[in-house]
Amino acid sequence: MPAKKKAPTAALRQKAAAPQPVKCAIHPASLLSVTHLTLEDVQQILKLADQLEKEPPARRNQRLFKRRVSLLFYESSTRTRTSFEIAAKSLGADTTLVSDKSSSIEKGESLKDTGLTLRALGAECIILRSPYSGAPYLLAETTGLPILNAGDGMHEHPSQALLDLRTILSRLNKTGSITPNTLKGVTLTICGDIFHSRVARSNALLLPRLGARVILCGPAPLLPEDAVRIAPKDATERIEIERDFNRALAQSQIVMMLRIQAERLAGLSLDLEEYKVRYQANPDRIAQYAPKAVIMHPGPMIRGLEITSEVADSPQSAIEEQVYNGVAIRMALIYRALGVSKGARS
Amino acid sequence: MKPILIRNGHLIDPSGAIDAPRDILLAESKVAAIDKPGKIKHAGAEVLDAKGLIVAPGLVDIHVHLREPGQGYKETIASGTAAAAAGGFTSVCAMPNTIPVNDSPEITRWMLAPERNAAIRVFPIGAATRGSMGEALTEYGSLRAAGVVAVTDDGKPILGDRIMREALIAAARIGLPVIQHAEDTRLTVGCSMNAGPVAFRLGLRGMPIEAESGLVERDLRLLAEINDARAHLHVAHLSTKAALNAVRKARRNGLRVTCEVAPHHFVLNEEAVGDYDTDAKMNPPLRSEADREALIEGILDGSVDAIATDHAPHAAHEKEQEFDRAPNGITGLESALGLAIAVLRGKHKMPLSRVIALLTCQPANVLGLKGRGTLAVGSPADVVLFDPNKKWVFHAAASKSKSRNTPFNGWTLQGKVHTTISEGRVVFQL
Repeated sequence: MPAKKKAPTAALRQKAAAPQPVKCAIHPASLLSVTHLTLEDVQQILKLADQLEKEPPARRNQRLFKRRVSLLFYESSTRTRTSFEIAAKSLGADTTLVSDKSSSIEKGESLKDTGLTLRALGAECIILRSPYSGAPYLLAETTGLPILNAGDGMHEHPSQALLDLRTILSRLNKTGSITPNTLKGVTLTICGDIFHSRVARSNALLLPRLGARVILCGPAPLLPEDAVRIAPKDATERIEIERDFNRALAQSQIVMMLRIQAERLAGLSLDLEEYKVRYQANPDRIAQYAPKAVIMHPGPMIRGLEITSEVADSPQSAIEEQVYNGVAIRMALIYRALGVSKGARS
Repeated sequence: MKPILIRNGHLIDPSGAIDAPRDILLAESKVAAIDKPGKIKHAGAEVLDAKGLIVAPGLVDIHVHLREPGQGYKETIASGTAAAAAGGFTSVCAMPNTIPVNDSPEITRWMLAPERNAAIRVFPIGAATRGSMGEALTEYGSLRAAGVVAVTDDGKPILGDRIMREALIAAARIGLPVIQHAEDTRLTVGCSMNAGPVAFRLGLRGMPIEAESGLVERDLRLLAEINDARAHLHVAHLSTKAALNAVRKARRNGLRVTCEVAPHHFVLNEEAVGDYDTDAKMNPPLRSEADREALIEGILDGSVDAIATDHAPHAAHEKEQEFDRAPNGITGLESALGLAIAVLRGKHKMPLSRVIALLTCQPANVLGLKGRGTLAVGSPADVVLFDPNKKWVFHAAASKSKSRNTPFNGWTLQGKVHTTISEGRVVFQL
């Protein structure tokens, strides 16, 4: 396919002078997509995460004392929700959880009205999980509040990419600043249901900018050829597709396994037995092709399908560290969202 | 009604191959005379000075959604035709996906009743199957008698081979075209934009081009099998190179097939979706740049028969939703001429008379709207006066439509409508 260009007629576009339905500017402390972060932002978030993590709880607790953070979850979640909640509470903030199953969302209230309601109730920041790609943009534009994207449909899961980065850096003993060369020489394979994965997108949009080479691996229905073109413009390394998992493993220092998202398959049928044969992270395969690689998984895992217990529970596995790192990263994101990051840096 | 004498204008009537300074007299709702400047004398006529303006047949849009009956909060026949008049249109063909579906003479007559307060002529298009359910044909004879000019299940494409064949045969018998919204909906479940790298990055499911081209190819195969010279297939809002090529090939083989292209498809590509802009969501979706360029080429080489807007108004609260949940469609009546001139003439140097043909006599011919899209003496006095060089900024908020869902808000367009006359009445004046 030819390279996408903007239609030449885009030059005709001008700023509108006439009134239109009111749209707020996206609050700059929002995190909707990793593409909105500069490498300097990434570095500051990681630094802030370190700092907040080390701080004595009694002092940390004063940082956002009684500030109001809302968690708006339209999809079930264990890790992300709990970790955002713990992060906010560790900073002293009050949290309220609104989920689709126990709110007016069930009665048909729109995302816009739900957001305006939370804002009227004093929310200073909304953490949103939605089954719809792009929903955080809508919430940011209709409320004007800082919005943290806790996963939107198949689009992105930026806090996951940041906690994955923190995990990778710590496993590889990389310290120092975040630059286009931070992950130079590192090859990472993301294997599985790439098509439906917001985690894969956020990692593929972030890590190549730090110099990591990213291999995407999976069967064609779960990994379309278009995927390589997700490569960010300022990537210093490329994104490739390798359908042979063994070959991908043999080149990788980091292996990120993904769950098959049965709830998003939308009529796609998959031979799970064949899938296991070709793509499962099992002890034999890992021992043969990637005996030293760090094994990651954003969860939830389906043990026995994409990964076996032996691999998930092995010393190679960084899966629990990922979860652990989530709290520090999310503390930093919430702190940043409430506009007080300057104080923390001093 | 007082006769109108339009003087000092430059008259372009592609149907009569006129492209010259001419005066034109409208009387008794008809075009009464056309002659060289100063030649027509008529003491009792109201004089319109068209100095610096193009005088052309009123524009014809063969694909609009006026939302009545049933969805007056989006648009009414009155508001939609007022927007049409402001855009220079004097004839619009209204799609049947109303509530209830226009599948009966009663609904057709209701739409045509004077109580609807249409500013310009409305030509209803009837449903091809009852309730547009794709199962049983509607009664084409009585629909035509009530005023229907074509049949379609627009938005709910006819997928079944048998029912599509029946529709083509029945419509051919009484001289109605069958319009197909070509989308194999089995391939587009849950999709909200064009398939490709942009959709992948945004995490949206994409409609493959084969969903359009495959159904066009199927329809053309049925048309060939029927082998009836009267059978006429019209492909609505064609958006892909593959479908355009299928149409070209069928036409070379002598099949009676026509197609239309919407301004947004030849002006924008899938990148316009940006960060989930629901005003760039429509069906068929904005395609790749390669498809957009192919449509331009098809327009320039004459493969495309008509420009049609697919004017599809939606209320603000409907578009202000998550991208996947927002309805498809954008308004188009007031931006069509300005986009066509800016892009086709401005960027691609298409002669103005050919741009006008795509908006007048060619669409009128596609749906057999006799006397429309022409200034032939004796035809209904449908005229538009516009300044072809005037650049202006399109503001959706100033639209006559009830809805504001357009990706062209704030764009600088070229070609500003000055006066629109429908059957001898001035229905819009700047």
